[in-house]
Amino acid sequence: MHKEPLFHLVKRPAIKWYEAWFIRIMSVVFALIVAGIITLALTGLNPIKVYLTMIDGAIGTVRRSWALAQKTAMLLCIALALTPAFRMRFWNTGAEGQVLAGGMATATVMLLFGNKLPNGLLFVFMFVAAVLAGAVWGVIPAIFKAKWGTNETLFTLMMNYIAIQIIGYFVLEWSVPKGSGQIGVINQNTQAGWIPAIAGKAYLVNIIVVIVLTILVYVYLTYTKHGYEITVVGESERTARYIGIDVKKVIIRTMLLSGAICGIAGFLLVAGSDHTITKDTAGGNGFTAIMVCWLAKFNPIWMVLTALLICFLQKGAGEIATMYQLNLSFSDIITGIIIFFIVGCEFFINYRIIFNRHGKEVKA
Amino acid sequence: MSSIVMFIQRMVIQGIPLLYGSTGEILTEKSGHLNLGIPGIMYVGAIGGVIGAFLYETRVGAANIVPALAILIPLVCSMLCSLLMGLIYCFLTVTLRANQNVTGLALTTFGVGIGNFFGGSLIKLSNADVPSINLTATSNYFKTKLPFAGNLGVIGDIFFSYSFLAYVAIIIALVSAYVLKKTRVGLHLRAVGENPATADAAGINVTKYKYISTCIGSVVAGLGGLYYIMDYAFGVWSNNGFGDRGWLSVALVIFSTWKPDVAILGSMLFGALLILQNYIPNLSMSAQELIKMTPYLVTIIVLVIISAKKKRENAPPASLGLAYFREER
Amino acid sequence: MKTPAIELKNITKTFGSNYANKDVCLSVYNGEILSILGENGSGKTTLLNMISGIYYPDSGQIFVNGEEVTITSPSDAFKYRIGMIHQHFKLVDVFTATENIILGLEDNGKYDLKKASEKVKEIADQYGFEIDPNKKIYDMSVSEKQTVEIIKVLYRGADVLMLDEPTAVLTPQETRKLFSVMKRMKEDGKALIIITHKLNEVMEISDKVAVLRKGEYIGTVDTANTNENELTEMMVGQKVVLHIDRSDPVDPQDRLIVAHLNCFNDEGLKVLHDVTFTAKSGEILGVAGIAGSGQRELLETIAGLQPMVTGGVQYINPETGGIEFLRDKTPLEIRELGIRLSFVPEDRLGMGLVGNMGTTDNMLLRSYLKGKGMFLHKDESKKLAKKVINELEVVTPDAEFPVRKLSGGNVQKVLVGREIAAAPTVFMAAYPVRGLDINSSYLIYNLLDEQKRNGAAVIFVGEDLDVLIALCDRILVIGSGSVTGIVDARTTTKEEIGLLMTKEVNKNA
Repeated sequence: MHKEPLFHLVKRPAIKWYEAWFIRIMSVVFALIVAGIITLALTGLNPIKVYLTMIDGAIGTVRRSWALAQKTAMLLCIALALTPAFRMRFWNTGAEGQVLAGGMATATVMLLFGNKLPNGLLFVFMFVAAVLAGAVWGVIPAIFKAKWGTNETLFTLMMNYIAIQIIGYFVLEWSVPKGSGQIGVINQNTQAGWIPAIAGKAYLVNIIVVIVLTILVYVYLTYTKHGYEITVVGESERTARYIGIDVKKVIIRTMLLSGAICGIAGFLLVAGSDHTITKDTAGGNGFTAIMVCWLAKFNPIWMVLTALLICFLQKGAGEIATMYQLNLSFSDIITGIIIFFIVGCEFFINYRIIFNRHGKEVKA
Repeated sequence: MSSIVMFIQRMVIQGIPLLYGSTGEILTEKSGHLNLGIPGIMYVGAIGGVIGAFLYETRVGAANIVPALAILIPLVCSMLCSLLMGLIYCFLTVTLRANQNVTGLALTTFGVGIGNFFGGSLIKLSNADVPSINLTATSNYFKTKLPFAGNLGVIGDIFFSYSFLAYVAIIIALVSAYVLKKTRVGLHLRAVGENPATADAAGINVTKYKYISTCIGSVVAGLGGLYYIMDYAFGVWSNNGFGDRGWLSVALVIFSTWKPDVAILGSMLFGALLILQNYIPNLSMSAQELIKMTPYLVTIIVLVIISAKKKRENAPPASLGLAYFREER
Repeated sequence: MKTPAIELKNITKTFGSNYANKDVCLSVYNGEILSILGENGSGKTTLLNMISGIYYPDSGQIFVNGEEVTITSPSDAFKYRIGMIHQHFKLVDVFTATENIILGLEDNGKYDLKKASEKVKEIADQYGFEIDPNKKIYDMSVSEKQTVEIIKVLYRGADVLMLDEPTAVLTPQETRKLFSVMKRMKEDGKALIIITHKLNEVMEISDKVAVLRKGEYIGTVDTANTNENELTEMMVGQKVVLHIDRSDPVDPQDRLIVAHLNCFNDEGLKVLHDVTFTAKSGEILGVAGIAGSGQRELLETIAGLQPMVTGGVQYINPETGGIEFLRDKTPLEIRELGIRLSFVPEDRLGMGLVGNMGTTDNMLLRSYLKGKGMFLHKDESKKLAKKVINELEVVTPDAEFPVRKLSGGNVQKVLVGREIAAAPTVFMAAYPVRGLDINSSYLIYNLLDEQKRNGAAVIFVGEDLDVLIALCDRILVIGSGSVTGIVDARTTTKEEIGLLMTKEVNKNA
């Protein structure tokens, strides 16, 4: 006789939003417990004390809170850039490169025109250059995707390293002092092209820009015709063609936008906080942003939370590392574990496990 | 003579970690899994070996090392650690049906974190003056050359002067190519990556094939990390020393159009590109950076040509990156 | 006494509350070809799926060579030497024929492609197949792929072969070849079961015919002792009285003139041959035909979704009397011409709607470009969604609830509701009641009639001949991509349509 398996899976027809969020929150709790156990095992420290340190490290002082906000803003900005592409099911893994392209363009304008143009005009130049550079970096894979269906995940991934090496080239070409291997702080004396501090807060402009951007991206995706087209193309290319959407045009237009926002992120990083450019300017945020975006289900508003969660973890774990003289990479381990749990928990939102009783053979 | 021989030797040593990584990733991708966790897995493979070697060296002292154990312990540790990474990936993507890209990237974050964390901790433990762990003793065992290599002159230098792991890499690549092309298991694996529904209907256990090939792929990729430490780096671990070789391995998969035997040649080419800068006279530092870009550029060109030509044999496995659930209709 | 190779006794299978098969009994002997005849939805495929291990019957017995067996998986079926060739091929495109044939086999012995190829060649020669064992699937025509599927089954040593509508995708020449192969297999002592609804094929190939109607087993007759008319009667049964309100056409005017349309499908197969007809305002033009005869392509071509090779479509504007040519226009361009052409496609969630969107957003699909500026104007869609939900009695928690999660009938109501909202002058619907319950089906019929009364030219592709006859004014019959006749629905009979559906048309003419 055919043996029945011990359990089988049933796709849930619908789940209430609070049930879904309960599962998600539980997964984070589980992740923290597992991370706590691992912390205990690795370091022998009391996990509760460690988590308290973490909170302290992230928001313990006003300065730390500002740093957290700045970090979150930048990560959020890149995640926002990815959102239109992801909604279209275009897996843009090239944010790192697109941010660097924007950053490089900003730095270039700052270096070449820094003391030759009035500051207002300089900003316009920097911004436009950054947006263009990011957009170009994003649209190249899109053109090939639209034309030949070239795999965008791999293409955009490779574009990252081309951007990194191009920056490597210019950093050495323009290094100050010559041969030092770094550009150093650009326009240190004149502060030309530096985004000014508002009310003594250096990063406030960045944060405000990203808040505005969050709203804009949300509005664009939810309330505009373009946003609607993106969703339709992402859900079903056949439906898109059925109602007469030019799918290729939408792919190219959306990646121009995605790249352009990455360019803005590069602009904010260079002009607003780093005032220099290195291969590390994007600092892996291009990849982390993919997770931020995905965890928030491509919703810009939820993304504020997921970006904050990840930055909180990283800042907090960084504090643990300093406090207990551990390695900074500790935060990456914690981040990894939490993401594992969150991506894993979606399964329990989408499926229900039904354990089969014995003797189900008998049927009325 | 020596500069050409040196070039070839260094090219091979640069290429082998990439060969491990891409052979592992090819085996993984052939099952339909785009594992972007490969860079993390290679870090973990490396640190696993380092931890094994470190514990063994410090436990018995450099003088009392048994050669067989000095090789075996790091090897087994490395393989177990990368196996564990493969299992995490499979559990999340196959059993829990999570998104492959997100899982892979998280695995890379996690793996690089593990590598640098333990690396950092060991550095602290070893109280060294420089921020690195020195496992020269173990490395020397790994680097033991073939006994007759020294007597063969240039031929010996070019072909027989590497650590045994280099030859293992080539053997694994050749065996993988053979298995994929010429065996029933290979046929079934390719069917799973191309069209899991058809494979399923033909009675092939899709889940089993996905798990096993991804885990074997992880172990192979992890060995690339071990090789890098034990041969290339002379047993010296320094944080982030492995660099972006993991991503280069992913690029190499595309370059070799998902064929492990082509990846052998590809890895040598990539290896040559990585060191080319040192052999071009009067090359500025900055131009060197541009040369380092070429492997990625070449990969993109290959990727575009593949998609434009639509030659099916060179295309990525048709279901790459897509999840397969039987009951979803 | 001979024992049957396969014998079914009182097989019953239900899906939900519907009987897919009810007390079906049939038997097939070695060296015999049995046809299973029935209209769409009569349960033919379900029956064979139970023999091949894809479904498990609720009750009844299956005997193989006289012994009762339990078949719970395709590999069980192979164990009893039963193989099925499904309508949708399961092949790996980048593999060769041989590789596909041996896929999944774990026979003891070495993996030897050469030897396998030889065996494939041997089987092919034995039955008269033409096949290149080393040809890749992606280079193959549909009929070659089918050959691979058949050899795959034979290679596994099947003695009983079941073919689910094998001729649906073949040209007449290829069909003839397939039949000669089947006859050879029969002479070789194999038992064959073939599903078809083409009467001429039944008469030509089979020894016995089993007829199913709406899941019920009607009976088995020897082909030699029957004729097409008797079979048709068994298949369609007594005339069912349907209460569909059919209004009389008011002032019909030419609205859509389709002339000499030729069209290829994605696989490069010619699916429409020189199709010519006129659709008039204020009438319903039914389209009848065997599934896959080009109905879908016909509607998609008119809607601007498929390129036409030759031919043209003219639209006559009811207000101005002006003529617009729709050839090579995209759906958007057609709409920009002010032509209110509505289309309810066969694939509701994959083409007509976006499953993950709610009713409101799906209403927006047709109208999202309306209004000035870059923003969406959702007010009208919201109103429309409410209207559709109320008037068509769509059961949904709210207008934002993803339509993917609604039942089939409600999904269709959303789609049809949107398409009629534009007050179309041409309304096309492909299989609009497929999978719907009786009540929803009648709602749709009434909506079609309402469109007609509003002066639209309605084109309705249906599968139930009773409904087509009761609802339409004229019925266009399509066979293998050609128009085989246009009949008056008020005077025609099912038999007449049935014969036209299977009529051969010389395609080179």
